[in-house]
This record gives sequence, structure tokens and C-alpha cells, in this order.
Amino acid sequence: MSARANPPAAPGRAVDIEIAGVNLSYGGNHILKGVDLRVEPGELFAFLGPSGCGKTTLLRLIAGFNAADTGVVKIAGKDIGQLPPWKRDVGMVFQSYALWPHMSVRRNVAFGLEERRLPRRDIARRTEAALELVGLSAFGDRKPSQLSGGQQQRVALARTIAVEPKVLLLDEPLSNLDAKMRVEVRHELRSLQQRLGITTIFVTHDQEEANAICDRIAVMNEGIVQQVGAPMDIYAHPANLFVARFLGAANIVSGKMIARGGERAFDIGEGVLLPVPKDKIIAEGAKFVFRPQDALLGAGADGDIAIPALIRGCAFLGSILRYRLKMGAADIFVDAPFHAGHKPLAAGEVAVLYLPVNAGRWLAG
Amino acid sequence: MSAVVGPEKISARGSAGLRAGEAALGLSIAAFLLVFVMWPAASVVYVAFTEKGTGAFTLVNFHDFARTDLFVRSLWNSLYVGAMTVLWACVIALPLAVLTTRFEFRGALLIQTLGFVPLIMPPFVGAVALQMLFGRNGTINLLLSDWLDVKIPFMEGLNGVIFVESLHYFPFILINLSASLRNIDRSMEEAAQNLGSSGFRLLRRIVLPLAMPGFAAGASLVFVKVFDDLATPLLLNVKDMLAPQAYLRVTSIGVADPMGYVIAVVLVALSVGCMALAALVTRGADFATAQRGGGGLARRKMRRLETVMAYALVTFILLLVLSPHIGLLLLSFATIWSFSPLPDAYTTAHYARVFSQSALYVKNTILYASLGGLIDIVVGTAIAWLVLRTKLPFRHWLDRGATAALAIPGVVLGIGYLRAFYDVRLPGGVPLATLWIMIVLAVAVRRLPYALRASYAALQQISTSLEEAAENLGATPGRALRRIVLPLMTGGILAGFVTSFATAAVELSATLLLVQSNSDAPLAYGIYVFMQSPAGRGAGAALGVIAVVIVCACALGAQFAIERSQTVKGDPH
Repeated sequence: MSARANPPAAPGRAVDIEIAGVNLSYGGNHILKGVDLRVEPGELFAFLGPSGCGKTTLLRLIAGFNAADTGVVKIAGKDIGQLPPWKRDVGMVFQSYALWPHMSVRRNVAFGLEERRLPRRDIARRTEAALELVGLSAFGDRKPSQLSGGQQQRVALARTIAVEPKVLLLDEPLSNLDAKMRVEVRHELRSLQQRLGITTIFVTHDQEEANAICDRIAVMNEGIVQQVGAPMDIYAHPANLFVARFLGAANIVSGKMIARGGERAFDIGEGVLLPVPKDKIIAEGAKFVFRPQDALLGAGADGDIAIPALIRGCAFLGSILRYRLKMGAADIFVDAPFHAGHKPLAAGEVAVLYLPVNAGRWLAG
Repeated sequence: MSAVVGPEKISARGSAGLRAGEAALGLSIAAFLLVFVMWPAASVVYVAFTEKGTGAFTLVNFHDFARTDLFVRSLWNSLYVGAMTVLWACVIALPLAVLTTRFEFRGALLIQTLGFVPLIMPPFVGAVALQMLFGRNGTINLLLSDWLDVKIPFMEGLNGVIFVESLHYFPFILINLSASLRNIDRSMEEAAQNLGSSGFRLLRRIVLPLAMPGFAAGASLVFVKVFDDLATPLLLNVKDMLAPQAYLRVTSIGVADPMGYVIAVVLVALSVGCMALAALVTRGADFATAQRGGGGLARRKMRRLETVMAYALVTFILLLVLSPHIGLLLLSFATIWSFSPLPDAYTTAHYARVFSQSALYVKNTILYASLGGLIDIVVGTAIAWLVLRTKLPFRHWLDRGATAALAIPGVVLGIGYLRAFYDVRLPGGVPLATLWIMIVLAVAVRRLPYALRASYAALQQISTSLEEAAENLGATPGRALRRIVLPLMTGGILAGFVTSFATAAVELSATLLLVQSNSDAPLAYGIYVFMQSPAGRGAGAALGVIAVVIVCACALGAQFAIERSQTVKGDPH
């Protein structure tokens, strides 16, 4: 994407999006359940969750293609709930790109400007600028079917940003690209978004995508926003078991809180007890959660909790070795960095697992 | 990559016998198409371009055609009627298509049922009934002149043909256009709304252009059908159109007169031209945009006033479309119906007369249509299988050859059959062209393209892995075909048979020339003969009602059978 063209939207005019108390049902299914969110001006914000979690429904709600049963959606402080899609000034890039096959690339990009009845000269100028911005100036006369998937995606983007919308909505924009293109294009998207300074919502089910480029993420499941925050914060401090499981690999260990001589401990079966910090408030039925890379095998630091564990097997994942172990009654995974010449521990060996005191968390469902 | 090439090589090596069978099947179908499609068509073209007697190439016949006022006028009239019919058919079909695909509308099923209208009754049957209702002294004009002192020339001259044909054939546009509209991905519309487009502009700029392929397909079909229709203009006493001229020329002057052939060639050229134009319009415009989970255009709820207007419109159109049927029913029970809005009195005498005199027509029709339908599904399924499942070198030509019949108007095929088979004498000196089996072959050839498409679509939906699984478990290709493929195709084959049967049962364009004696005549011919005299109209109408009932009963029966076979198979999705 070329940096020469003037960005259609001037940074500094970015707006915020506020979603409050939004409920939406569809044919008896309660799809969005009391969604409250705030997207800051100029932010690249992800709706992340498994399919069917309501993320696309929420995006379409902002675009005006779904209507909320209750709740408000405000853009720059203005309630847009009653506006039809064509009056919202909210640009959306569709998952399928939705390029009109009967129009050339240029006509596709010019469409929104024509609908706004702009003077012909402005339409031509802004269409070319948008095409240049996505590096497709030479392709204006082609039909969408004559472009590659990545190029089509850029046309869809150019078409949307040409009208200088207040906010940009991207519905799984990378899902129709191959793995290599996905990584390339997501960085292009990020740099374009930063140049334009436009408040953008990015819907994806791919946590890596969201982590890599988004300022903040809302993790969604079953129509409920589970957690909102910066990628690293969410990863390090998941609010519940779903978020822990959905973002990266997590060991989730069941057990029972017991009192032992005035102190609490978490009994994970077969006589293995994990110490519980004194002042920690732990919900009833909570489970102990830690990441595979948080524990160390064989040698730990002072103060780490040392737990014996039985090696069950080992998978080689390239840069790491992922051990499968039995810790108490639980099956867990622990990662160890792989170096050439390194001899992995064999199944059946008993190793000592060192877990830093603050590495794990007790989380409820 | 060798793993991909492997299985094909193995099956090719291991089944020389099968391949010989494929070749034999392909060659026999090729022979059938050559003899019964290509040769008759070629003989028409040959006569048109050669000098009588010497056989030398000449354009003099076409020169004569261009110099004869009657023929030139007929050409323009045919083009005019075709174009106007498409226009009026659009006027009727467009609102219905938009209504059913873009709004939540309870009448949608009713409108879709209209799709059967052109199948169950040929337009000429309705023509006489429409004359009773809309003619100069028909019901509507009598009422209009009573109340408002005006008369509208619905049925005068070419107007009558246009009126009858557009009422009859608009469902072709409705069905194709609706299918196209339904296949548009919802995001196509939403993307436009998102960029600020709505309402009529959205319809004009995005929705209708995307539906263009369906519209073009429907419109060209209507145009060709109108060109093809011989009996409607004849019954409305419009002689200066191309199809009637070709027919009159051959029947009044004789099979040897070249002018009939010249007209036939012009008819074929125009049909082909029209289809080529439609193909050109839709070239590179395969806008099947529906994506996985896309699910068609968004349907909007109508406001109260809109609902009322929509129902009023649909009721009006339905009444108009069903008026030939209503008129036919009235006529079949009418004693005298002349210069009065409704018949003077009612009687069942026409039915009594028809039952006593015309049982033969019914028997012939069922015989011809069943045999024709049978030939169509056997040949159609065989071609579909050869094209989709074998590597036979000339297999695509079989498809093209069978589909070419679409471009041959019925009257041309009739003339071609007379020309090609009249000189073929059976032992005893009877010309082959005069045997009733020729009628069967002609209707079979005329309907083959539709049966072929039905079989083709049915076979295309069956994954080859189902056959491969059978072969993997020990079935030979032949047995896999019989035990797996054919049972799964039943619905499609049956649909093809019904379409062929229903339309063959009311075919007249080709058969009018081929019926040599009253004892060989099918229903449509009988209706035509009755309808020509005012005294026979009642009986003709009764026979028309019987034809409609037969076709409807068969269609419903087949629909039932298809649905049952599909519930057995389970939902294909």
C-alpha cells in the first residue's frame, strides 16, 4: 500500500463508539446479552470469539443491519439506533468483500461517492486517491473477478474508506486469504488504520490476529462480553476460564480448597496440595489455571512451588517441546525451549515441576 | 501428484469393456440426434439454399423472400410481437418477482404456482377463451361500452397475439428473474446500503443489474417461444407472421415449394440470433454471488398500505393470468355465448360429445406424450452420464446436438420431418413421415433439451465419491450406476419426464404438420380443429379442460412422487 496518497480521513477527528445495554434476540435465540462496550477514538478494537458468539451480529448492529431489542449505540455521542444503514456513515468491509461483479473496480470504489451526489471531479479524485492508497491504481478498469483474493480485499477496503466514514467495521477481513497473505495484510491494515486515524472494529475468531494488531480486544462468548482489555493484559490476566482457554493454551486444574493448620491449600488429588496465598479471595468451585510456559521442569528459582509430576509424553513443536504430564489427578502441559542436541525427558520419568508463586490464578467458569 | 492421476489410469486400464459400451451408447445417441434433429434441420436449410431441380447453391429464394411484401411484413410482425410480448411479460413479471423475493409476502407461494401456467395449457387453447372475454364483443368490452362507452382493442390483430402470449409466457421471466434475485448474496445489497444507497436507486444500480442474467434467460425464452407458436396466430386469424406463413405455405402450396423452407431458415436464424444475444448480454456475467451462509436478499416487512396494494396487484394479475382458464371453463359449459358478458345458459352436452367422439384423442395424447417423455429421459440421462462421468471424446457434442433442438421452432421441425422422411418409404409404399411414431419422435426431440438439463442437474449433484465408495466395496461401474446413481437421480429424472410429458401433451407447432389422419391426432390437434369453427368451440373448450386436467394430474402425481423420493433420501443439504 502506497504512502504517497493523502489519507482520506484526517487523524484527530476520530470518534468514539459507545454500546450500552444492548440485547438482541433472533427467532427465540438470545444472541446478544446486555453488551456494554466503549471503543476509544482512533482505536483498533477487536471483537474476538468463537463462531456463534455474537461478534458479527454486534458489528452488523453498529452498521444498522440488525436492530437491538434494547440498548443504545452511540457514535461520537450521538444515538444512531434509529438511522437506517445508508445514513449511518459507518464503513463496513464484508467478510465476502461483497464486490459488485457487474461493475469495474473503479466503479465499485466510486459507488459510495456517487450515492452521496458529490461533484464528478471530486468523485474521480477521491476514487483515484483511495485506489492509490491500497496500491491498486493500475487495476481500476478490471472487473473484481479478474483480481486475486488479496486484491479484492483491498478494493473492498478502498471502496469503504473512499467515503471517509466515521468508523470502519471489518468483518473477518482476512478469513478468505491464505495463511501467508493473512499475516502480510493484517500489518498493512494496521498501518493504514493508524495513518487514517480512524476508529476501527475488527471482528475475528483468530486470537493471534487480534493480539498482533489490535489496541484492545473484547472477548465474547455466547452473546456476552467476557473481558475487555489490551491483548497482553487479557492473556496474562484472563477474567474467567473461557478467556483463559480461548486465548492460547492453558492448564486448568480442578481441585478442592481445604484448610490445613490455619492455612488454605488447593487439593488437586493423589495427595498433591498447592499452597494458596493468604489474602487471596477465591470463588467457590474455582479452578487453578496456568500457562504451559509458566512452569519450569527440572530447575526453578527460589520460592517457586515444587511439585512432582509424571512425564507421559512429549510433542516437538519446533521451537519448543510440549510435555504432557500428570500432576496430582490432573493432566497438564508444560513447555520447555528446544535447543539442538537437547535430549527430551522420557515418558515414565518423574520430574519436578517448578511453578512461580504468581504464575497461576484461580478462576471460576 | 501421481496419486491424483493414478485411479483414473487404473480404471481406464481395467475396463476396456466398459469403454466399448460407453462408445456404443455414445454412437447410438449420436445416430439418433443426427437422424432426428440434424438431418431434418439440414434438409430444410438445403432446400432453402438450392435451386429447385438442379440442386445448385442459390440465394434467389431469400431474394424472393425479401421482395415479397407479405413475407417482409410477416417478419416485422413476428419481431414486433416477440418484442412486445417480452415487454408486457416484464410488466407483469417484474413486480411479482420483486414482491416475492424482497418482501415478506404471504402470497409468494401462490405467485410461484403461476410458474406452471405455461406448462398446463398451450396459449392457443386460451386464445379463443380470451376472445370471449376480451374480444371486441367480449365480456370486458361489453361492460366497458355499457359503463364508459369505450372499447379497448385487446384482441385486435397483433394485439391479440401479444395479449395471449404475454399472459401465457410471463412466468418464464418470473421464474428466471426470481431465481436470479434469490441468488444474490445479501452482502451485495448491504454493502451498497452501507455506502449510502437505498430504495429505488439500490434496486436500479445493484439488484437489477445482478439479476440481469436471469432476466435475459427468461426474456430470450419468451421471445423464442412466441416465434415458435403457430396455433395462436392461426386461431386468432393472424396470418401475416412467420410461423403461420411457413405452415400455410407448406400446407397450401406443398412440400416442394422452397418459400416455406426459406421462412423456416429465417425462423431458425432469428431464434438462434435471439439466444446468442442473450448469451452475449450475460457473457462474463455469471453473477451467482450467493456465498456460503449468505442467504439471499434481505426481506422487508411491508407497511399496511403496501400490503394492501401488493395484494390488489397480485389479485389483478392472477385474475388476468387465469382468465383464459376461466373463459375456457365457461365456454366448455356454455350453450350460446355471443354478444353477452356471460353465457346465456349452461350445459354438459359438450363434454358428452367430446367423451363419445374424442376418446381417441386422449388415448393418442397419452401414448405420444408418455413415449416422448420416455425417450427424453432415456436419451437425456444417457447424455448427462456420458458428459459428466466419462471421457468419451465427442461427449460434449451430444449435449450440444440435443440442446440445438431449442433453436428449431416446431413448425420448422415439422417441415423438416416431412421433407426428410416423406421419401423414405416403408414396405408397402407408405411414407415414413406419415406414421404416428414420427409425431412421438418430433415431440421427444422438441422436449429433449429440458429433460437433458433436468438429468444433468440431478447427476451433477451426486458426488462421484458415492460411486467410488460403491466401487471400492466391489461394485462394478455398471452396478454402481444402477444401484447408487440412478436411484439418487430418480427425482431429477422424474422431473424431466413430467416436464416432457406435460408439454408434449399439449404440443401443436410441430405436430400440426405431421398429423396425417384424424385417427392419429392428439388432443391439441383435436382442440385446434374444434376451435376453428364457432360450432365446435364448446366441444373444443371441453377438450381443452380435459387436457388441462390430465396435465395437472400428472404434474401433481409426479410432484408427489418426487417429494416422496426426496424424503427417503433425506435432506440433500
